Amino acid sequence: MEIDPFIFRFSIFILSIFVGYYVVWSVTPSLHTPLMSVTNAISSVIIVGAIIAALASTSENDFSSSSIFGYLAIILAAVNIFGGFLVTQRMLQMYKKKKDKK
Amino acid sequence: MISSNLSAIFYLVSGILFILALRGLSSPDTSRQGNYFGIAGMIIAILVTFLSIGNFSSSFLYVLLLLFLGGSIGAFIAFKIPMTAMPELVAGFHSLVGLAAVFVAIAAFLNPEVFNLGIVGNIKLASLIEMSIGAAVGAITFSGSIIAFLKLRGLMSGAPITFLGQHYLNLILGIGIFVLIFYLCKTQSENIFWTVITISFLIGVLLIIPIGGADMPVVISMLNSYSGWAAAGIGFTLENTALIITGALVGSSGAILSYIMCKAMNRSFFSVILGGFGADNSQSDIKSKKDQKPVKSGNAEDAAFLMKNASSVIIVPGYGMAVAQAQHALREMVDKLKKNDIKVTYAIHPVAGRMPGHMNVLLAEANVPYDEVFELEDINNDFANSDVAFVIGANDVTNPVAKTDPKSPIFGMPVLDVEKCKSVLFVKRSLSPGYAGIDNELFYRDNTLMLFADAKKMTEDIVKNLD
Repeated sequence: MEIDPFIFRFSIFILSIFVGYYVVWSVTPSLHTPLMSVTNAISSVIIVGAIIAALASTSENDFSSSSIFGYLAIILAAVNIFGGFLVTQRMLQMYKKKKDKK
Repeated sequence: MISSNLSAIFYLVSGILFILALRGLSSPDTSRQGNYFGIAGMIIAILVTFLSIGNFSSSFLYVLLLLFLGGSIGAFIAFKIPMTAMPELVAGFHSLVGLAAVFVAIAAFLNPEVFNLGIVGNIKLASLIEMSIGAAVGAITFSGSIIAFLKLRGLMSGAPITFLGQHYLNLILGIGIFVLIFYLCKTQSENIFWTVITISFLIGVLLIIPIGGADMPVVISMLNSYSGWAAAGIGFTLENTALIITGALVGSSGAILSYIMCKAMNRSFFSVILGGFGADNSQSDIKSKKDQKPVKSGNAEDAAFLMKNASSVIIVPGYGMAVAQAQHALREMVDKLKKNDIKVTYAIHPVAGRMPGHMNVLLAEANVPYDEVFELEDINNDFANSDVAFVIGANDVTNPVAKTDPKSPIFGMPVLDVEKCKSVLFVKRSLSPGYAGIDNELFYRDNTLMLFADAKKMTEDIVKNLD
């Protein structure tokens, strides 16, 4: 019997949870705020769904109801991507060692 | 145009880059590189999506325009936001991810052909379940984050809002969602889909209003986790590996942070979520009794004198420092002390501030080298060998009651042993109790000197007196 592709995706999901578990435990507590902002930025990869909704429609109309939701989601996700990565970068620039400051 | 197999590989690559982005955060040295990995992963994911769709007509221009528009807003916010506002910024960003997930789910529901999920009125069962879960979690993330944002921003009182039967209402609504999703699968009705989303928005609000201000570190981490699960739900719908990997990473990251925060408060996750902490007044008897005790209070001159004659000082910052924006003044004070060959370190409690790592970011902003900043378990033994503990804006996390009084609501919570220092300087505006609603025994100790003032003003005055 063939395995449902869902099972493969589910396996990836479960394995990623474990990867996430070990990776996040190794994050130093002083970087927990950047961790939150960067996870926030990467979860905006949901933008791929928004782009598909906006562009993959076969209808001639550029503004079908589903593509409008796609456009809206693109704006939201774009705010997050740029905002999230840039603010993380800004924070990380501030973390300096003792010797750096002189 | 690239084949779907090739694009799936690229999505995997971007998922791996995201893992490396988080991995980089294990040390400040590698963290910047990690952030670049994250950016690279995002660029790959977006480009691959464009190429695999292969539609470069007029709507492609709209997409670029909107990307640019959203990107400029995001960049503007990122550069303008003061570091003290980081908790509400993160909450605000979570709400955007949540809403984006809802929108994508709606788009998929309205036009399933685009996503290869079947046709309107006959969407594949698995996809329908995945997208409704994605939409529901996204909606909860959105409205919950909005409430968290309003509370953190001070636009809404940080006090818990509770009412009779609140938990039952939440429970009923939660069960209601599952029942509705079940019927949605049977009938494919659009109305039920909208109802699921509406109820989820409502649950998000109801879930966060009973949780008080200082429990916000848990709330933000929890919402962070939710935004991840929402993304994963959508990832399953779209059969997209990058989204599934990212959703799982973010979901577990938020969950771990919530766990760390709860542990640092010695409270179960459920007691935080059920909320209402610090709202009850059962402690008031104890409070009135203690009001009789004498308190030693001093001024900036006394504080400067004490510190000048110390050989080691430990700074304990808390949320009050963030509110007063005292981090720069504090740094100035520390510089002066160091010139006098006084050893200065910083002690940070995991729940100091309004989000995980909040104090570390503020100190980093004030150019405090990160190797002078220590976590609770690394520094707690040093208090006994230090001369002065300078508590600025922290309260409950220093309360010795947590170690001695089993009746106290914070009993068992790991606290900083500041009372073991030879003397304790406690900057605070008044004797009012902290968030937990309990009196801090430390105020009445013989070796404690209270400095009643705004944290920033007091620190500046001490700086003047150190000359």
